[in-house]
Amino acid sequence: MYVLGVETSCDETSVSIVKDGKFVLSNVVLSQIEIHKEYGGVVPEIASREHVKGITYVFDKAISEAGINFEDIGLIAVTKGPGLIGSLLIGVNAAKVISLNYNIPIVGVHHIAGHIYANYIDNGMEFPLLALVVSGGHTELILMEEHYDFKKLGETQDDAVGEAYDKVARILGLPYPGGPIVDKKAALGKDTMKFPRPMVDSGDFNFSFSGLKSHVINVHHNMLQRHEDVNIEDFCASFQEAVTDVLVSKTIQAKNMFDVKQVIVAGGVAANSGLRRKMKERITDIPVYFPKMAYCTDNAAMIASAGYFQYLKHQKADDLFLNGQSRLNLEG
Amino acid sequence: MEIKLRLNSVKDTEILAKIISEKVFKGMIIGLKGDLGSGKTTFTKFFSKNIGVRDNLNSPTFTILKIYDGNHPLYHMDVYRLEDIGYDYELDEFIYGDGISVIEWYPYINKMLPNELLSIDFRVIDEQKRDVVIKGEGIYEEVVKTISHRYSN
Repeated sequence: MYVLGVETSCDETSVSIVKDGKFVLSNVVLSQIEIHKEYGGVVPEIASREHVKGITYVFDKAISEAGINFEDIGLIAVTKGPGLIGSLLIGVNAAKVISLNYNIPIVGVHHIAGHIYANYIDNGMEFPLLALVVSGGHTELILMEEHYDFKKLGETQDDAVGEAYDKVARILGLPYPGGPIVDKKAALGKDTMKFPRPMVDSGDFNFSFSGLKSHVINVHHNMLQRHEDVNIEDFCASFQEAVTDVLVSKTIQAKNMFDVKQVIVAGGVAANSGLRRKMKERITDIPVYFPKMAYCTDNAAMIASAGYFQYLKHQKADDLFLNGQSRLNLEG
Repeated sequence: MEIKLRLNSVKDTEILAKIISEKVFKGMIIGLKGDLGSGKTTFTKFFSKNIGVRDNLNSPTFTILKIYDGNHPLYHMDVYRLEDIGYDYELDEFIYGDGISVIEWYPYINKMLPNELLSIDFRVIDEQKRDVVIKGEGIYEEVVKTISHRYSN
C-alpha cells in the first residue's frame, strides 16, 4: 500500500510516499532552519507562514519524485500533534483536502510514534523493544511489545535533553541549535568538571535536566566571577558526559528489567555522536539502532511508516473532524 | 504595589506558588522573568499542582506554549525566542482567554500584553537562594497584598 505522509509539526514542511511502511519512494523536506536561526529557535507564527508558502510545492514534488498519482495512494498519514498548533494545522488541513478530494482514508499520527518508526525503515523491529526518544521537546523511554503499542516507562520531569543543550550553548555563547555545536566541542575536550548525573539512581525511568542546567550555569557564573578561564571544550565534554551517562544508564536499567530484544534511539538528539558512541559501547548484548541522519530530524517518511502500522492495527481511519493538538499523549 | 521577598530554598518557592494559587481568577496573567535556571519553570510546576493540574508540567521552551487542564485551563508559555519580534498573534487567544496564563520572559512580548498583570522577577543569589520582586496593579494589587500580608505574619 502506498502511504502519503505529511509532517508540519515544527519547522520542517515534509511530504513523503512510503510503500508498506518500509520502502521510501520519496521524502521531500523543506527546512526553515535558516530562517529561525537568527531568533535562536523556531518562531511559531513565522513557521506557520512558511508552511503555507511551501506546502503545495512539497506535495507536488513528493508525488512526482515517487512517480505515482494521487489516485494510487491507499492511505494518508498526517502528524496531528504534539507540536506548534499553527504549524500542525497547515499539514492537517492540506492532508484533509487530499483525503476528501480523492476519497482516501486519513489517519492522524502522533509525532513521537513517527520518530520511533523512523527506525523501522532501515532496521525493522523485533519485539519487545525499548525506544529512547530524545529531542528538543522530548525525553522519554517507551516500551513496545508489538507494533503500534506504546507504554511510556518514564519521561523528563522538566527540561527535554535537546533543550538543555540549547540552554547550555546559550550560556557559553555558542549559536543555536546548541546540540550539534556542543557535541562538536565536546569531542575536543575532557570530562574535567564532574557535573552531577541527575536521577541516575532514582529507581524509576524518569529524567530531570533542569537541576543539571542550573548547576552548570552556576559553575560557569562562579568561574567568570573568579576570572578563571572557561575551557569551552572541556565544559562541553563534561556536560555531554553527564547527560549521556544518565540517558545510557537509564536505558540499560529498562532494557534489563523488560528483557527487550532491541534498543532504538529516536529524535533529533539521536544524531549526537557522544550518545551514539556510548550506547554502542555499553550495550553489546542486543542490537542498538539509530535512524540514519536524514530520519533523525523531522520528516514525513517516518509519519507514513507509523501511519501504516497504526491503520493496520486499529483498522480505522479518522474522519474529517481530525484536528491538530499541541500537547498529545502517545499512549492514549 | 510592589514587594520584595527572599526565597531561601525551593520549599519557599513552593509556598509562594501556593499562596498565589489561592488567589487565581479567570483570565489571570502571571509574567515571570529572571535568568536561565532562576526558578521560573519550578515556580510554575508548583503553581500548576495547586490549581489542580494533574499532568506533569515540564518546560514549554520548545513549543512556546503548553496547555494543561486544571480547575482552570493553564497556558504555560516561554516567549524567550520572541525577543526580536515582540509578539506572536497565535498566543492572543490564550493570553486574552478564560484560562490562566503563566508567561516566562514576558517583557519580550510586552506590547501584546494588557497593562495589568502579576509580575514576578527572580534574581539568583546563590545555588539555593532567590530574591523575588512581585508587582501588581489594579486587580492584581489584591494578590500582592495577600502575599505581603502572609509574609508579614
